[in-house]
Order: sequence, then C-alpha cells, then structure tokens
Amino acid sequence: MIKLISLVPLFPLIGFLINGFFGKKITKSLSGIIASGSVLASFIISILAFFELESSTHKQNIVNVFDWINSGDLTIPFQFLYDPLSAWFLLIITGIGFLIHVYSIGYMHSDEGFSRFFTYLNLFVFFMLLLVLGNNYVVSFVGWEGVGLCSYLLIGFWFKNTAYNNAAKKAFIMNRIGDLGFLLATVLIFTNYNSISYTEVFEKAGTASTSTITLIAIFIFIGAMGKSAQLPLYTWLPDAMAGPTPVSALIHAATMVTAGIFIIVRSNVFYSMSQEASSFVAIVGAITALFAAIIGTLQNDIKKILAYSTVSQLGLMFLGLGVGAYSSAVFHVTTHAFFKALLFLGAGSVIHAMGGEQDIRRMGGLKGKIKITFITMLIGTIAISGVPPFSGFFSKDELLAHVYEQNKILWLVGMLTSILTAFYMFRMIFLTFYGSFKGTHEQEHHLHESPSNMTFPLIVLAALSIIGGLLGLPEFIGLPNWMHHHLDEVIKIKNPLMLSHETEATLMGLAILSAAASIYFAYMLYMKNKVLPVEKENEFKPWQKLVFHKFYVDEIYETIIQKPIDVVSSFFSKVVDNQVIDGIVNGVGTFVKTSGSAVRLLQQGNIGFYIISMVVGVIMCIVLLTMAIN
Amino acid sequence: MINGISINYYILLSAVLFIIGAVGVMARRNSIIIFMCIELMLNAVNLLLVSFSVLHNDASGQVFVFFIMAVAAAEVAVGLAILSMIYRNIKSIDTDLLSNLKN
Repeated sequence: MIKLISLVPLFPLIGFLINGFFGKKITKSLSGIIASGSVLASFIISILAFFELESSTHKQNIVNVFDWINSGDLTIPFQFLYDPLSAWFLLIITGIGFLIHVYSIGYMHSDEGFSRFFTYLNLFVFFMLLLVLGNNYVVSFVGWEGVGLCSYLLIGFWFKNTAYNNAAKKAFIMNRIGDLGFLLATVLIFTNYNSISYTEVFEKAGTASTSTITLIAIFIFIGAMGKSAQLPLYTWLPDAMAGPTPVSALIHAATMVTAGIFIIVRSNVFYSMSQEASSFVAIVGAITALFAAIIGTLQNDIKKILAYSTVSQLGLMFLGLGVGAYSSAVFHVTTHAFFKALLFLGAGSVIHAMGGEQDIRRMGGLKGKIKITFITMLIGTIAISGVPPFSGFFSKDELLAHVYEQNKILWLVGMLTSILTAFYMFRMIFLTFYGSFKGTHEQEHHLHESPSNMTFPLIVLAALSIIGGLLGLPEFIGLPNWMHHHLDEVIKIKNPLMLSHETEATLMGLAILSAAASIYFAYMLYMKNKVLPVEKENEFKPWQKLVFHKFYVDEIYETIIQKPIDVVSSFFSKVVDNQVIDGIVNGVGTFVKTSGSAVRLLQQGNIGFYIISMVVGVIMCIVLLTMAIN
Repeated sequence: MINGISINYYILLSAVLFIIGAVGVMARRNSIIIFMCIELMLNAVNLLLVSFSVLHNDASGQVFVFFIMAVAAAEVAVGLAILSMIYRNIKSIDTDLLSNLKN
C-alpha cells in the first residue's frame, strides 16, 4: 500500500477534474458522491498504508513520482515522503475531510454553486495532501500555495457579496506575507545545504552556522504565522468565516491552519538547534493564545467565537512547539481537529436550523429543538474546555506540562488561555441552547434538526472527541502514550518530560480545577443571573469596548499599513505616473510632432531644389571632411 | 605626364565637365537634359579614373570605368522607361510639374 501512496492525492484530483469539467452536466447528488467518494478512497488507502507502516520497521518511505525540475546544480524531484508524521496527517485530512464532504452534501443542498463548491473542496484536499506528503520544500510549497488559493476561493465562495470578497482578498494577502517567509527559508536552505529534500537537509542540518539555522527557522515560522493565523498575521482568520461553514470546519479549523504546525514539526531539526527561534515561536504562540482568547469572550457571532478559539488553540500549539514538545503539539492538532471540526459543523447545523442567523443574542433555548446538534456540540465544548476524560484534556495537559517544565510564565499564560477558553465556550453554549428563544417567530417556526447526512458526521466527530485522548494518555500514571512513540522517528532530538510525578499530578489537578471554576463562573453569569450580551455599544465599560473591538487591531493595521500605502500609491499614481511618466511619453510625442511639422516645409516638391540642396550638402560634407583631415 | 600632357589638365577638364553636368542638373527643368547632364558627370569621373590609372600604371581604375559604364547603361534603360511613363501620364517632361507628393 505504501507504494500506492501517490494514489492518495490522485483521487481528490480526479474528483476535482470531474466536478470541475462536468459539474454543470451531472446531478447534484452525483457530484456530491464523486467528491466524497474520492476522499473516502484516499482515506481507505491512508488507513491501509498506515497499518503497513506501523508493522514495518522501515519508517521513512520515499516514493519518487517523477523528475520535476533539473537545472544545473538544482534537482527537484517530485517525491513523496511517507513517514509517521505524514501518515498521521493523511489520516486527519482524509478522515475529517470525508466527514465534512458528507456534511456539505446536506449543508449546501440548495446552493446553486453546489458542484463548484465540491470542485474547490476536492482541489483543497489535493493540495493539502501534497503539502503533507512532499519530500522537499518545493513540493510542499506547491501544496502550501494551493491550499491558500483554495482558501481564497472558498472564503469568497458567495462572490456576489462584496464583504465576503474582501474577506477572501484579506486572507490571500495576509497569507502571501507569510508565504514570502516560507520562500526565503527555502532559498536559504538551498544555498546552505545545496539540497531541499527533507531527508538530505535534516541529515546535514548541523553543517550550517547557528545564525543561519536561526534565520531559516524564523523564516519558516513567518510562513507558519500567515498560514496558521498567529500574531501579527492572524486577522484574516476571523474574517474568513465569511465562507460556508463546512469550509470553516475543514480549512479554517481542522486542516489548513495546522499546516504551520506541520511544517515546524517537519523541520524540528532546525528548531532543536536554535534556542532563539524556539523561544520566539513559544512567545508568539503564547501571546496569540491569550490575545485571541480574550477577544473570544465578547464575540457574539457564533462562528467568530469559534474562529478566535481556533486562533487561540493554534497559539497553544505553537507554544508547545516552542518548548520542543513536538509530539504533544501534533497530539493537540489531532484532538483539536476532532472537536473544532465538530463545533464548526455543529454551529453550521445551528445556523441551518435558524435559517442563516449567526448572532447568539438571537438564539437561546435551542436545546430541545435540535437535540443531536446540542448533545454533540456540548461534547465538543467539554472537550475543548479540558474536562477529563475528553480528548482535549489530555492533549492540552501534556502540552502545558511541557511548557511548565521550560518556562513558568509561559505556562501561566497557557493556563489563563485555557481558563478563558472554557469560559467563552460555555458562554456560547449557554446563550445558544439554554434560556428562552430570542429570535423572530418565523425562525422559531422554522427550527428543525438537520438531515441525517449532516448529523452523521457530528456523531462520528463527537465520538472521536470523547475517545481521542486514548492516543496520548499520560505516561506518569503508567498509561501508554502512543502518540509520543509514533513520532519517534520524525523528531530528531527528543525532549522527554522530566517533571516529577507529583508535579504532573498537581498540574493536572490544577487544570481540572480551573476549568471547572471557569465553567461554574460562566454558569453563574449566563444561567443563574441570566446576563445577556450588551446590545448597544455605549453600555460597555471601556475595557469591554476594547475587547469587543478586537483591540482595534484591524483599525491599527489600517492606519499604519493601509493608509500610508494608499497615500504613497495615490502619490505615485497622480504625480509620478500621470505627470512624470506620462509627461515624458507625451513630451517625446509632442517634440517629434512639432519638429516634424517645421521640417516638413522643406519638402516642397521641387526636384531642382532637392538637387541643389543635395549638391550643397555634398560640398559641405567634403569641405568639412577636408577641414577635419587638415 | 601622360603623352606629354600634364595631369593637371586632365583634372581640370574633368572638373569642368562635372561642374557643367552638376549645374545642368540643378538649373534645367527638362528631364532629358537633366538625364544627359547626369551622364556627363559620370563620364567626367570616368575620365579622371582613366587618367589616374594610366599615371599610376594601375589597371584597376580602368576596371572601375567598365563597371561604371555598364551600370550607367542599365541606369539609362530604367531612367528612360521612367521618363516615357511620366510623359504618358502628364504629357510633359518638365520636372516642376512633378509635385503631386507635395501636401
């Protein structure tokens, strides 16, 4: 099966081509089946290959697809690397991708762009698989750019809405800034190691100087910042919620945004060798985690809450990467993919039931009306809040234990983040599903549970969110941590947890207590005292206003980046282009025209005059020549 | 000295012939006269070439003259054809009437 690994990206590509070229001609159900079926086929192959890899001792499998670029010193083969890391990501992408495809058939059933949607979705899966499977930075970069393109296409899926289009452009441009970092890292790697293939580069990683390695690591991280929405490039992700909800679940929660985590885990050699780059990653991750969590507490759009939660959780993962806890970060990627995809799909189901309403202030009391959605979303919320024995608890706890070992302040930031996470997630649950219904009568009448093809993925993901923790049980109690050993081959410099059992147990207890306290606080506030989010802005206290407006980051960016660029552009357009450049071009034209009309008068049509001028000219030439010679 | 005559006379004769030709070309309006004047200028040059060829005992000057004569014959053929066409069109060979390109 490992030899057939190139089939995994091939199936979604075929699905993309069929839907792209014949989508208009085939029925909606057929195009949905082709799209989901192609991802399911990839999922099956991924599972089979995964078990083959598990049983084999040969962990690094390189599959050469074809020679791609051959030019002088530069050889870039189109190669796939199938090792425990890519194997695991393949399972997440194709598995969750399949569930979300199935869900989309229900969610998008009445949309006119149905086949277009699946075309983009299949293309996205293809590029994502390319990113994960590539054996060199260039193949991964193709996937990296491809997922950015698909993200753009899907955010702007409803392209008739200008705001959605702007959100799509914003995501694309923000990502481009990060992509430049990735590209610079690739160039630096090639100039220093004369190779860009993962296997070769990591073997001779130590041959470069420490400062070069730090530079490479930081450039890779800048790429990751863009793709994984870290400070200061995170603002596109909340806006990306303009896309259809399955897109938010697949691209902006479960898979694409974890590409940054993937590339850093893949390049962990560089980070292990550079303390500076690692600290930088950890600090940026910690600040992002806390920052986004604070903003999340006062959002009223159900998808925006989840978006900020995603940014915050990604920040936690980077915090983990920064302290060298690579396997814990991958573990958290996995559980996060389960519960965040679940939460997004659940939110989609709520929006579906509410007829497009996304504001949680217009919801309430939905608990009895949409039971399956409620129960599955509650499971997701408990999982993300870090309540044992749900999956989020184990991954977050392992990650934070690693952070505690390295740096107590960063650990405190992480703890604060998870406390806030539990708070705002339960705030969302309480406001959405409890209390009295606050929407219109029409909406109340319209309320209905989603069809089975939408609830089925919810149930599967809820089950995974419950049991996902089994992948990485805490080792200090004597339980097996499968995830940790699974990635042994990929992570070059191991970083085992050295804390005493008592400390670990205390940390665990503290995490449980703080999550419980936070949930209790949310309960008191929104259930007992029935506090409702403020409707009018002037009722806010100043700090609430600051948070509600997302710390004015968008406005700050607008002032310090967009406005100056606008001014400079209009200067260049109005002065440099319109006056200087056009002036030169028009000046040349005018000069030729005026001098032409003056010289034209010599052409009077009298042959005798021409001949006389010729003779005079020749004589003058001869005279001048003679004078020059003498 | 060529046959007892100084080279200066040859040069003078050529120059006179050439100037007569040039002035003719410039001053006359009859196309055929202009044509003949051009031939006169060519032959003035030919004369000069032959004289110097003999003076320097170098045959290449005379070879040149043969070429010029051949080219001039061809030129006459083409030029006279053009002239007859002009005559057919404007019933005249006065060069001053040929000013249709003006404006």
